[in-house]
Amino acid sequence: MTVETAPAPAAPAPAAPARRGPTLPSGSVITTFLVLFLVVAAVSVEGFASTRNAGFLLLDVVVIALIALPLTLVVVTGEIDLSVASTVGLSSAVMGQLWIAGLPLEAIVPLVLVLGGVLGAVNGFLVTRLGLPSLAVTIGTLALYRGLAFVVLGDQAVADFPRAWTTWAISSIGSTGIPTVVVPLLVLVVVTAVVLHATPVGRSLYAMGNSEDAARFSGIDVARTKLWLFVATGVVSALGGVYWTLRYGSARADNATGLELQVVAAILLGGVSIFGGSGGLLGVIAGALLLASVRNALQLVNVPSDVLNIVTGVLLITAVVAPQVTARVKGRLARRRPAS
Amino acid sequence: MSLFLTSRRLRGGLTGVAVAAVVLTTAACGGTTRGEEEGSSSGGDAAGASADPDAEIPADLAIAFLPKQLNNPYFDVAAAGSERAAGEIDGEFSQVGPSEASASSQVSYINTLTQQGADVILTSANDPNAICSALDQARSGGASVVTFDSDTSPECRDVFINQATPEGIAEAQIDLMAEQIGGAGQVAILSATANATNQNTWIELMTEYAASEYPDLEIVATVYGDDEDEKSFQETQGLLQTYPELKGIISPTTVGISAAARYLSGSEYKGRVALTGLGTPNQMREYVQDGTVTAFALWNPEDLGYLAAYAGAALAAGQITGAEGETFTAGDLGEYEVGADGEIVLGEPTVFNADNIDDFDF
Repeated sequence: MTVETAPAPAAPAPAAPARRGPTLPSGSVITTFLVLFLVVAAVSVEGFASTRNAGFLLLDVVVIALIALPLTLVVVTGEIDLSVASTVGLSSAVMGQLWIAGLPLEAIVPLVLVLGGVLGAVNGFLVTRLGLPSLAVTIGTLALYRGLAFVVLGDQAVADFPRAWTTWAISSIGSTGIPTVVVPLLVLVVVTAVVLHATPVGRSLYAMGNSEDAARFSGIDVARTKLWLFVATGVVSALGGVYWTLRYGSARADNATGLELQVVAAILLGGVSIFGGSGGLLGVIAGALLLASVRNALQLVNVPSDVLNIVTGVLLITAVVAPQVTARVKGRLARRRPAS
Repeated sequence: MSLFLTSRRLRGGLTGVAVAAVVLTTAACGGTTRGEEEGSSSGGDAAGASADPDAEIPADLAIAFLPKQLNNPYFDVAAAGSERAAGEIDGEFSQVGPSEASASSQVSYINTLTQQGADVILTSANDPNAICSALDQARSGGASVVTFDSDTSPECRDVFINQATPEGIAEAQIDLMAEQIGGAGQVAILSATANATNQNTWIELMTEYAASEYPDLEIVATVYGDDEDEKSFQETQGLLQTYPELKGIISPTTVGISAAARYLSGSEYKGRVALTGLGTPNQMREYVQDGTVTAFALWNPEDLGYLAAYAGAALAAGQITGAEGETFTAGDLGEYEVGADGEIVLGEPTVFNADNIDDFDF
């Protein structure tokens, strides 16, 4: 599989063996699914279609979507970073500890972002310089960073952040119900989408995901690019940690525990191949929104949380299995056609 | 994002970030720091609304029970109490909650309840602050908020149902021990960790109470099992070897008391050294039945849930507003009064012994 031939903004459907006729842009299936679900839920679930509920729903998606942005790029290159939620927790803990120490928030925030960059660089270094598998490395740092978070803040909670900051974190634009933070998030979405889909750098990520050797022979500095992707993921996760702390008004070492699975779920549901090389950002955002909307709608009709987890799991497996099955069926049909 | 283009630019970018951070740090010395915000208003503000003790509890109140997490036996028993109370006042009871007890996991459930227009929310907070803004929105949407077991910051809820006062817990354990050893002899304490706030408060109060009420009861040692079963087990063994004259052990933690009971029941000390403290009936049942333990204490979570539901109904009806001194009736538990900071104390801990232990399942 070579990637240089792929159409710029539209990566092919995951693992489609034969590219015949027009292919749908990646993510269009999940986006259609999202729109359908929103319509059905708005009609049938009482209280779903209201500005207040939209605000609640979007607030729950913000951090997941935020971290999914750089992580999508990482996954496209065929790597993974499972330490993102622990980076959120450690950033939150450090933010709390620095706040106790009397530093101003205006200084704490950049310091925490630098810390995130360092944490990401550690992952990147171990993966690209020592050649360790990113799955193993980041499972390790998942435990390591969470452990450090508890060393930093223990089991205490720091909660006396200024009201102006914490209310901003959950404020909405006028009476629309849309959280204010959606605006900076959208800016980041656009920037990331442009980088991934419309620059040579972005295209080179797909090349790496498909064949690292081929990418290297065509002059791409694979190691350096991946290192910086891990750094970017660390910085953005730290930003997520800052936002999480303000949104809940509480800095804690156990903040965002398990969030990495929700982020990875959104990415996979959005049609990004876990093996790298395909997928797009539109699908990922749609995936994050779909997961949150399904949970929200089911909660509104009083479905217990255990069942919610089952539904999320089934949805995810379907999303990962469905393209493989379609590809296989298509492949079989294509082979049969000339014979008949 | 041009960061990825060339290595020179990369380094330039990194230096830029570092410089920006330093600049910001220095520039921000006059920034937003801790302790700047003073006089943050609202402290259990019941001003404005006035209570009408004779108000009728309206029918069909939507009462939602939101525990720290689902499938936790302790909260299941509390929920049963709330459901019973809801039934008595013709309310609509529902239980919702996250499957894991993390600080923020309750928020989306509170948001959902706000959206559904719940009248009463009964909750035990995983974090005193993380759910505050969500509860604020619920209250401005018309819900009455009752916390029980674990409180939020006082300004985020209407009332808090405290399971027991520290004095009540301390005195109950000393009284039980004194009763079992005839009021005299050496007693040791098996606690959780050395810095566990609750336990240390109780131990201090127990020591004071014992000194004034039972002068012949001597507390000879306090050891720490760190709320680990194995360590608590070994500490129990150590105590019995160090103090051959020991008459009894008090363990004010559920992990400690069951580990100590397990050690005693398999040793020569069974029946000779008394054991009491705070435990759950399910953990302690076999040791009460085999005679290792005579009696121990804990608040009754079912009563806790029952009282919480009645307090919520009283708030929704306007019988109370959460101000100190207001009173209301909680079904067959009788009359309760709101204390300082909107706290309502459930009462004395329940004592479990061979006669009543089979009535409880938690």
